[in-house]
Amino acid sequence: MLLVSYEFLLFFILLVMLYYVIPGRAQWVLLLAASYFFFLSGGWKPVIFILITTLSTWILGLKLGKRNQAVTAYIKENQLSRQEKKEYRIRQKKISWRWLLMGLWLNFGILGVLKYTNFILGNMNGIFYRISTPMQLKRVDWILPLGISYYTFQSMGYLIDIYRNKYKPEKHLGHFALFISFFPQLIQGPITRFDEMKEQLTAVHFLNKRQIAFGLQRMLWGYFKKLIVADRLVHAVTAIGQNPEQYRGSFVLVGMICYTLQIYADFSGGIDIVIGAAQVLGIKLPENFERPYFSKTVGEYWRRWHMSLMTWLREYIFYPASVCGPVTRMTRWGKEHLGEALGRRIPVYVATLIVWFVTGIWHGASWNFVFWGLLNGIVLLLSSEMAPWQKRFHEKHPGLKGKTWFSLVQIGRTLLVLSVIQTLEYYGSVSRMLTMQFSMLTEFSLKPWTDGSLFTIGLDGWDWLVVFQGLFLMLIVSLWQRKGSVRERIAQKPEMFRWTLWAVLFLLVITLGTYGHGFEASQFIYNQF
Amino acid sequence: MEELLDILKEINPDVDYATCTTLVEDGFITSMQIVMLVGEINQEFGVAIPANKILPEYFNSAKTIYALIQELEEE
Repeated sequence: MLLVSYEFLLFFILLVMLYYVIPGRAQWVLLLAASYFFFLSGGWKPVIFILITTLSTWILGLKLGKRNQAVTAYIKENQLSRQEKKEYRIRQKKISWRWLLMGLWLNFGILGVLKYTNFILGNMNGIFYRISTPMQLKRVDWILPLGISYYTFQSMGYLIDIYRNKYKPEKHLGHFALFISFFPQLIQGPITRFDEMKEQLTAVHFLNKRQIAFGLQRMLWGYFKKLIVADRLVHAVTAIGQNPEQYRGSFVLVGMICYTLQIYADFSGGIDIVIGAAQVLGIKLPENFERPYFSKTVGEYWRRWHMSLMTWLREYIFYPASVCGPVTRMTRWGKEHLGEALGRRIPVYVATLIVWFVTGIWHGASWNFVFWGLLNGIVLLLSSEMAPWQKRFHEKHPGLKGKTWFSLVQIGRTLLVLSVIQTLEYYGSVSRMLTMQFSMLTEFSLKPWTDGSLFTIGLDGWDWLVVFQGLFLMLIVSLWQRKGSVRERIAQKPEMFRWTLWAVLFLLVITLGTYGHGFEASQFIYNQF
Repeated sequence: MEELLDILKEINPDVDYATCTTLVEDGFITSMQIVMLVGEINQEFGVAIPANKILPEYFNSAKTIYALIQELEEE
């Protein structure tokens, strides 16, 4: 069931009506049932996998929690010296680590096998071909459960938190199952933490008109971004990206810009719908975007784009990788043999590249995504290495920092770098991306911009006009957001103004949205991850 | 504390570590710089900060970082 479908709208309206009339104690049960119904709409087989993840994480969480409790009680009850306490803790941590590993292997194993088997088989076939072996392995046709990357990361974050004794495990299987399967966020995040969701998911939610209005407004804005902007741009993006022989030179630039805008409108629009839907149900999900295209550096961009995934990666991969035994030993070796300056950088370099390898492969099971991830990591490392030069530059030109035009140059530069990197996703292979970037530089001409060619790539003059106006509105709203919640400010305006505004936005979505045959809007880009 | 302040000043000299309590929250030190800081603390104080302690609440001010070092030294 797509978030942009009649089925979803009907499902959601019925759910909300029922949600606020049943006894408050039963609301979480309804949410759990609705989440599994939503999940079942994709077939019954994927449910087996989410059940395995839910049950295994819940059982292992309880086991780890019990062990944490036992360790604390033992230390409290016995008069141990500091050294004895330390040794005892280390011994017990080692045993808990094995339980944690079991959960990580099982769940990341399921994700790995379902998502990456064909990638591995494809690479093996490539090797067989190169060494002239006639053997070719047959690709598998396995199901990939909806949102598997999201719920696996979320549940494993929970298990690691319990192992780290951050909070107590959930004893109630139903409550825990809801945390893993809560339907709005299941498909494309945001990835949440158990301690920020637990109370909300099981609390009694009373009908709150303001909350519901704000949630619906957020959903409407999400539909606007998705149906009016992203789903129009997708035509140009597909036409150029899938016909690289025909659309070269300037068209590569057009495709690159359109893809950069489409992916933001699509993903942030989807997240608006998700956060809005949860708000209607009285549940506050964390934000996933903070106007990322206003970033002045690539590092800042990655702190403002898909924030929940980046936080997860930082907390559960980047920091642990940077302080793990092998990296610490490598750092010590580096400091001794390569010098202090280079040695101290080793944990940063290694952890960054590991995180960006994971980010790349998380986004897609193919080499172009791996290169995309690593390229982002390298750009981040380069930009951190260049920070002292940047500082010296600003010391020499102190007046530049506050200037609007200079900020715009920085934003433009960041967007350009990111757009170029994103063409690795766009063109689907490293060689094609390089060929197309080369053609953009060598075959560039202004002709396609003036001879009407832009109207031959799936969008006519009217579509372009709608897209530009949609993007302009998105820009204005983003600028307003810098001063706080736009909906809050609109809510303070006279009633007539507010109703007119939301009614116009609603009519715009109805009349200008890109609806295919029987309202089959295209799949969200981030659903496939 | 002086040794810690020296390390912090080397990482980002533009911050007033005596008053700032939002080092991580406001981006005065990035995740990459935190990793470098962890390495420097290990070398200077002989304390290995485990991954589960690398959290904003421990790294938001010089005071909290120092308290973390002392806590780990005592363990």
